[in-house]
Amino acid sequence: MARIKIPRKSTAIDMTAMCDVAFLLLTFFILTAKLKQEDPLQVDTPGATTKQLFPDLDVATVTVGRGKIFFGMEGQDIRKETLTAMGTKYNVTFTPDELQKFALLPTFGVPMNQMKQFINLNQDDRKKFAQIGIPVDTTNTSELFNWIHEARVADASLRQKALRFAIKGDSHQEYPEVKKVIDIFQKQAINKFSLITSLKTK
Amino acid sequence: MAELDTSGGGKHKGGKIRSKKASTRIDLTAMVDLAFLLITFFIMATTLAKPKAMDTFWPDKTKKDVQLPVPESRTMTVLLGSNDQIEWFVGAPGKSAPTKDNFGKNGIRKALIENSKQIEATHAGKDNFMIVLVKAGSKSTYKNFVTMLDEINITGIKSYGVVDINPAEVALLKKDGLD
Repeated sequence: MARIKIPRKSTAIDMTAMCDVAFLLLTFFILTAKLKQEDPLQVDTPGATTKQLFPDLDVATVTVGRGKIFFGMEGQDIRKETLTAMGTKYNVTFTPDELQKFALLPTFGVPMNQMKQFINLNQDDRKKFAQIGIPVDTTNTSELFNWIHEARVADASLRQKALRFAIKGDSHQEYPEVKKVIDIFQKQAINKFSLITSLKTK
Repeated sequence: MAELDTSGGGKHKGGKIRSKKASTRIDLTAMVDLAFLLITFFIMATTLAKPKAMDTFWPDKTKKDVQLPVPESRTMTVLLGSNDQIEWFVGAPGKSAPTKDNFGKNGIRKALIENSKQIEATHAGKDNFMIVLVKAGSKSTYKNFVTMLDEINITGIKSYGVVDINPAEVALLKKDGLD
């Protein structure tokens, strides 16, 4: 009597296709991931329950922490245009090379009289440079007021959009310093702006 | 299939010595595991690290004539003091002693909900909601301010405003050592 033979199948699977797909996806995610840029002013954002995401485009951020105020804009073209406008206001002329270097800076906190020197530093020296923050007072001629104003003008002319503003404050920063920034916003009739927070549960 | 051929070439009984024919198949399981692990990491890192934004709306200060009259009995004033402490009172300052409170579920959130209910019960008409005035003292931190706005969002207060603190209220905070 012949026994029925059960064919033994191999349990191994060809992984080649799976491996291809996995690495394709991996490449995609690595390339689309936005590199986390190091902030020159480290701030610990307060927690809140808002779940709304912070937009990436057409936004300028005022960072407040340790009594200093830093300013940053998104978009290289806007950064260049804003710096050119600020240069004409403060009688500083920037070369195209300097404008290009500035366009790569996400945030900065130097007054205009140190700006040229700051831009021409190399990356390592720039990290060591003690940035004292952007000068601010209650008048309509302070540097922060002008930065905000010129950034809005640049965004309106280049993108035809209204620039959005956000305050990124440190949890331990005392309120009066933040109030100065809010006052400047209100003086320019920026009545809608965001406060950057990190997510926390109720 | 899908593994390295590790078997020997067999015995050579006389004859020619044949070179081993190694399989070209490699076990890719570990590599796939690693790739998916990295994919998971990148997916998590890109979406979770995004900061959140709390939108705030402020009155237009460039126009002078937009001050709305606010009935005092419907207002609750919250003063932010030092050391994460709060004082709040309903109505005009000085009429009733302020209540000292702190942040958290049983602190200001409870006060907001209770006062809101009470004001809605004691006032008639359509506009009987409570108006919260947030006034930050000079020693309060940005975190206090954001937490306060967040508590207002959580409790669903319809109407609130951020107002400059006045000397009478600074005095109230000073009395309790919060400014």
